[in-house]
Amino acid sequence: MNNLVILPIILPIIGGMLMVILREYLWFHRLLTLAVTLAIGAVSILLMEQIKIDGIQTLQLGGWAAPFGISLVADMFAILLVLVTAIVTFCCVLYAFSSIGIERERHYFYPLCLFLIAGVNGSFLTGDIFNLFVCFEVMLVASYVLISLGGEKIQLNESIKYVLINMISSFLFLVAIASLYAITGTINLAHLSVRIAEVGQGGLITTVAFLFLIVFSLKAGLFLYYWLPGSYSAPPAAISAIFAALLTKVGIYAIIRTFSLIFYHQPEVTHLFIGVLAAATMVLGAIGAVAYWDIKKIITYTVVVGVGFILAGFASFTMAGMTGALYYLIHDMIVKALLFLSAGATIHLSGTSKIREMSGFIRLHPRLGWMFFIAALSLSGIPPLSGFLGKVFITEGTFQADYFWLGAIGLFTSLMVLYAVMKIFMNVFWGYTNYTAETLKGTAKGLLLPIGILTGLTIALGLGAEGIHEYVDLAVTGLMEQNMYIEAVLGENRR
Amino acid sequence: METYMSIMIGVLFAIGTYLILTKRLLRIALGTSIIGHGVNLLLLTAGGLKKGAPPLLGLKEQSFTDPLPQALILTAIVINFATTALFIVLCYRAYKVSGTDDIEQLRGHGNE
Repeated sequence: MNNLVILPIILPIIGGMLMVILREYLWFHRLLTLAVTLAIGAVSILLMEQIKIDGIQTLQLGGWAAPFGISLVADMFAILLVLVTAIVTFCCVLYAFSSIGIERERHYFYPLCLFLIAGVNGSFLTGDIFNLFVCFEVMLVASYVLISLGGEKIQLNESIKYVLINMISSFLFLVAIASLYAITGTINLAHLSVRIAEVGQGGLITTVAFLFLIVFSLKAGLFLYYWLPGSYSAPPAAISAIFAALLTKVGIYAIIRTFSLIFYHQPEVTHLFIGVLAAATMVLGAIGAVAYWDIKKIITYTVVVGVGFILAGFASFTMAGMTGALYYLIHDMIVKALLFLSAGATIHLSGTSKIREMSGFIRLHPRLGWMFFIAALSLSGIPPLSGFLGKVFITEGTFQADYFWLGAIGLFTSLMVLYAVMKIFMNVFWGYTNYTAETLKGTAKGLLLPIGILTGLTIALGLGAEGIHEYVDLAVTGLMEQNMYIEAVLGENRR
Repeated sequence: METYMSIMIGVLFAIGTYLILTKRLLRIALGTSIIGHGVNLLLLTAGGLKKGAPPLLGLKEQSFTDPLPQALILTAIVINFATTALFIVLCYRAYKVSGTDDIEQLRGHGNE
């Protein structure tokens, strides 16, 4: 029992509610949002140390023992993601201060952000599958409002699709939970794992597993990503950066959690299928990224490629592949936020998102230009930066699992992504400029600080990979050895 | 009893799917609502429709109803209600802004 585990969920909720009450004081909103994200970061660092020493931390809400009550579980995998979530939200909110506009701030932008990360953290920390659904919904309802906040025509059109798709996938999620409950009679993740290990994963349970895979794929953008490019390019940069960094990652987390803890008995069926979907996602996403000449569209398609790549590592289901998937997941959250924020800055400066109409920004804003360059290199996995290590491990994992085709597709699509982001760099930043300081639509004042923080992080993650290796290793061991999780949650109630 | 419920759920899903595949936004919203009801019934049926005493301490009966599906449905109904309300408001706003509730005409926004 450790009461710290609930703090990442209730801190943002309490903060958000305070802001709704005190709606007039925008400086209070800004300060409180930063304070809450910092507090979540501090709590997760504290929890990481505790997990390293004492093992997985749990909290049985209300004191009801595990299979009967609601449990929150903080293992290393979840808490690492909570930490990165806090960092990314901090930077995106910092960026929003000077870019989101007073109207959106007034209409509860900051409380909605906090409710969103309450849902995200809840999904990471929850220990039963129904609460996973509930936290998904908390997160999604906040994102429905964020995506339509401002009420422009394009936003409304895209948000209708987004809401409809997610409502349908939520229904499927409930159907899957109902079927799983009918078969096993429990909804606690650890208990489900024990029961399925006892009776074996028959055809029926594998079918339910595929139903879960469909649901999570819709949320993660694994193959069923067709709603993603439209919805992620509709809202302003700060919001789409939060979406790209967090929302799809929750779906990925759910896939990794369920398929490593519960449905891991038939990897030759389920995990191979995930691998095939991942390969298709990478190829189609890379084609999209290469094809468009619109900066927002290109980087939303790189989100799709990233999803495919992480799950390719997971599909190999080897120690190396999982390590790579985890490294790449952390890297992806940071670098996607960085890309969206810096692309948002160029759009803010030029007033257009078509890369053929922009040029030579690096002469007016050299720091922005070089930071975008670093982001682009990091995204495609050039050695000293953070994407490289994940790429190496994922490729190694797919080769160990004899999925040579998967590793090859991963490497090939990395090249296509490199081409796509270099296309942006060459067109937007390089060459002669047709702008002067007067013809720019705005200033980059206040936008560079969060971009700089994220750039620093992606360099630090690449150079200091040794420093977090210990934690990633613990997380992967926790995922591969289901007994650690089960033991921590159920304790002596295990039957 | 479970068989009849299954048929009922199937009918609700069929109607909901049909409505979602139509062009009008309001029909789509109603379709999602109907599927939501089907899903709630499915949750109830999945736990088994057994008759028994309420699951309270201190009762002498031998068989008790499973309380978990009802707890799950309660949550699911609240969430379904909230998202449906939000979706209908969104449809109304889109109708106001674009002047149509035909999903075909809501597509495309200049740069496609």
